[in-house]
Amino acid sequence: MKRIYLDYNATTPVRPEVLEALLPYYRDQFGNPSSVHWAGRQVSGAVEKAREQVAALLNCSPAEIVFVSCGTEADNTSLKGTVDALKGKGNHIITTTVEHPAVLETCRYLEKTGCRVTYLPVDSDGMLDLDELEGAITPETILISVMWANNETGTIFPIEQIGAIAKRHGVRFHTDAVQAVGKLDVDVQKHNVDLLALSGHKLGAPKGVGVLYVRRGTRLTPFMHGGHQERNRRAGTHNVAAIVGLGKACELAMAERESTCARVKELRDRLERGIFARVPQVKLNGHPAERLANTLNVSFAWIEGESLLLNLDMKGIAASSGSACTSGSLEPSHVLGAMCVEVTLAHSSTRFSLGPDTTVEDVDYVLEVLPPIVQRLRDMSPLYNCGKVDACEGCDTVKKL
Amino acid sequence: MYSEKVMDHFSNPRNVGEIENPDGVGEVGNASCGDIMKIFLKVENDVITDVKFKTFGCGAAIAPSSMVTEMAIGKTIEEALALSNQAVAEALDGLPAQKMHFSNLAADSLHEAIKNYRATHP
Ligand SMILES: Cc1ncc(COP(=O)(O)O)c(C=O)c1O
Repeated sequence: MKRIYLDYNATTPVRPEVLEALLPYYRDQFGNPSSVHWAGRQVSGAVEKAREQVAALLNCSPAEIVFVSCGTEADNTSLKGTVDALKGKGNHIITTTVEHPAVLETCRYLEKTGCRVTYLPVDSDGMLDLDELEGAITPETILISVMWANNETGTIFPIEQIGAIAKRHGVRFHTDAVQAVGKLDVDVQKHNVDLLALSGHKLGAPKGVGVLYVRRGTRLTPFMHGGHQERNRRAGTHNVAAIVGLGKACELAMAERESTCARVKELRDRLERGIFARVPQVKLNGHPAERLANTLNVSFAWIEGESLLLNLDMKGIAASSGSACTSGSLEPSHVLGAMCVEVTLAHSSTRFSLGPDTTVEDVDYVLEVLPPIVQRLRDMSPLYNCGKVDACEGCDTVKKL
Repeated sequence: MYSEKVMDHFSNPRNVGEIENPDGVGEVGNASCGDIMKIFLKVENDVITDVKFKTFGCGAAIAPSSMVTEMAIGKTIEEALALSNQAVAEALDGLPAQKMHFSNLAADSLHEAIKNYRATHP
């Protein structure tokens, strides 16, 4: 059976060039980069080279790069480390209702410890109102945390303008750029970012490595206490092979990002046009224009997302859904809830996220098998053609926040 | 995640559809929780002769819907009332613990349909 992977926003395969670059560090080059002897020296150079590769992609100094274990750790460190370091200044954080749980759940935890958090709403395209953001800033505000691009819908936030607002008010700015790095021009100088999280496994590097960018002069309490690695900002022996792999992935992203994204966008648009042409009653979730070139999130009215995913899986197609059944709770995606997507449509949502290995044949195969599956599930649905007036009144939405 | 039986009933659901002029109809669930199930009954001399269903829901809702229709056909009303959610789940070789909620709809909607049958056929 064909195997078609359209879940690149969940994770990506390790790129062959990356695997080749990192394998020696599981074999002969096994040293601890903190050791003074030859074995240590062999690998400390490799970690520093990776640091330069990451710094080049983000347009910062290598000294501002901190290697961590994953995107979640980078987000946690940014938020908790800021709250602790700036506790003399204030205790108010501004974030959005559509962040990844790595930020949202950290904010909830910080609320319990006495912080005040403003969760900014989004409109039906998932976009923020910048006046509302600016209006939420108080003298107590110590941090603005806004993701660069949303993992579920692909909606891209105006990071440069948010960076400018933060700068104007002298408020620190953190961005979760896990979905943006490798897909967009992530330049921390141009966008005035103080803290940034990225994750290796979203751009062709292994799982278990990430980066926290910390602008020079930013006071931040470390999350991990222990050895003196990473200039005392992150204790723990380096995951050398994964770090080398991440460096290589960043180098490749720098060279290929624009051409890869242009190609992926064409395929995504082909998939999007094809679905809308072949299947009636489909809703696009996310911003029509300000959206990651690889992401397509759509709701197929009257059918439940997981049942569609299982059917696609039986045809070898891997995608993802915002339905409750896939999240292990009774509520569908908080992101679609925040966008006031009607609740049955939220249960119907399906995300296709493409990557550099996606082909035209993959897209056309999906376009061939998807419509009959949707029709079969609709024929089975008591909501389809039931003659009842659609309960889609905008009020019937799920909001966790 | 799902047993072979669940996947079988999910990919080839039995008795999908509606019955014209049914003797009983039951609907349970809630679209906001992501699952609704509707069951239609035909009853002759106190025996269920035909059952059809329509379900909006995930694999853990569709497979039990299909299974409960198979289990109910040929049973008397009393026997069908004794069919439990547990029995349906067992007939499917079990369901993931976090998804039991969805499977509970199947026997519940059958019981609702029987209630409706009794109310309309005193
Ligand atoms: C936007 C966003 N932030 C954070 C994370 C977490 O990254 P990691 O899996 O490296 O902890 C993810 C991954 O799903 C993500 O999409």
